Amino acid sequence: MLRIENLSAWYGEAQVLRDAGLHVDPGEVVTLVGRNGAGKSTLLRCVMGLHTGWRGTVELGGTALGNLSADRRARLGLGWVPDDRGSYATLTVTENLTLPPTVGPDPWSLERVYEAFPALYQRRNSAATTLSGGEQQMLALARVLRMGARMLLCDEPTEGLAPLLVQQVGDLLREAKRHGVTVLLVEQNLRFATSVADRHYLLAEGRVTAAMENSEVRSRERELLSYLGI
Amino acid sequence: MTALLQSTFNGLVSGAFYALLALGLAVIFGMLRVVNFAHGAFYMLGAFGAYVLLAEAGVPFWVALVVVPLALALLGMALERAFIHRLTRLDPLYNFLLTFGLTLILQDLVKLRYGVQSSPYEAPAGLRGSVDFGLFDFPTYRVFILGFAVAVCVGVWWALARTRVGMIVRAATERPELTRALGINVGRWITPVFGFGIALAGLAGVLAAPMRAVNPLMGADLIIVVFAVVVIGGLGSIFGSVAAGFGIGMVQAWAEAYLSAFPIVAQTIVFIVMAAVLLWRPAGLFGRAEAPA
Repeated sequence: MLRIENLSAWYGEAQVLRDAGLHVDPGEVVTLVGRNGAGKSTLLRCVMGLHTGWRGTVELGGTALGNLSADRRARLGLGWVPDDRGSYATLTVTENLTLPPTVGPDPWSLERVYEAFPALYQRRNSAATTLSGGEQQMLALARVLRMGARMLLCDEPTEGLAPLLVQQVGDLLREAKRHGVTVLLVEQNLRFATSVADRHYLLAEGRVTAAMENSEVRSRERELLSYLGI
Repeated sequence: MTALLQSTFNGLVSGAFYALLALGLAVIFGMLRVVNFAHGAFYMLGAFGAYVLLAEAGVPFWVALVVVPLALALLGMALERAFIHRLTRLDPLYNFLLTFGLTLILQDLVKLRYGVQSSPYEAPAGLRGSVDFGLFDFPTYRVFILGFAVAVCVGVWWALARTRVGMIVRAATERPELTRALGINVGRWITPVFGFGIALAGLAGVLAAPMRAVNPLMGADLIIVVFAVVVIGGLGSIFGSVAAGFGIGMVQAWAEAYLSAFPIVAQTIVFIVMAAVLLWRPAGLFGRAEAPA
């Protein structure tokens, strides 16, 4: 579904990605773990077409994305869940959900979103930024499911959430996976990562240094945690 | 009491012009992040457009009210495509240089043809005379301006709040990058929005023709106050620009009526208010600190 090869990226003079490569097969949930500053968010931004100053290959479903603009990429089925949750203060909850066009064959209806998240329904006419952090995270995920995105790019969706909400995010991602949605997830919470993902990549200083199965992450948990500095 | 009502009414009429111009500036700034210093020149072109159409082709006011803003919107869109869109990646100083330069060019082109003297333009037949409000009479044409401007502001608010295009404009104004990442071709809306803002300036110009002196510098005099209005309302805030427009119109009229003993204060009241607002709320009354891209 997603294939990245020899991806390098810069912020001005500073190189943050060095020939990074990874792939995510259709229907897979794959996480990208790494220390702060390892280049995880930059890698997602490159895939979304939001970063200028990169070189390499990014393919979605066999099509090279090249210099396609972010909005074209979104319409090819990429669903963007940014690290700050991307709530609009000047749009209501319903407007936040219905702003993006539907792009995939199996978009969630608004009714289905509100059935799954009664809290969002209750606040449907409020500004999205008045929701709690957890509700805003659900909103960001529900928004890309309502788009019908085939491939989600999620940047630390569990960051700062209470355990119960982390579990809800996990349930939602597993449900999306059951419907054939592919997910690339930046994640620091290893327990959460192994509970939702099939495989994991370790990103260090801009390079993909390891590809791990769930069992390997579990057996190396202590070592990885101390490496990640958590 | 009568004097107060009358000056309030006059203030609201001036405020109607401020509001229409500030609204256009706010919509343009929100979508393009460009402060259009040429806005006053388009207001002037609106008034001249109405004057030239009537004087040289006998086209009546009501037709000009529709045709002139549309023509100016097309001119604005052409200028946006040719020049203004290049500003996005440049230092804000170029924003000032380009749009101020456009102002001088447009003003001088009009001067070249029509000179600097004011041209007369009569109010349309149905709007001459005055309306009796009991306590005082008020020119019919000014009542019309006030009603018309309020209707336009409400219409724009409705379009922004209730239509899909309005939702896209709000989203792109608040977070352009995120909006693109959600599949919206933001760039496609930039030129029409610029044209729309210019049309509002042109509309204000046509409305001004029968009651203000039509000359090449009429926009330059007005736009300085309009920029103060925009700063007071909060740069980029739609509601703030309209509210501050009417508010400043009234404050000015009251200052003229009641502070005539202190002409310096009365003449500079707008800027005194602006300085006070900036000390109290640096982002303006309804402005928000710049959101992350």
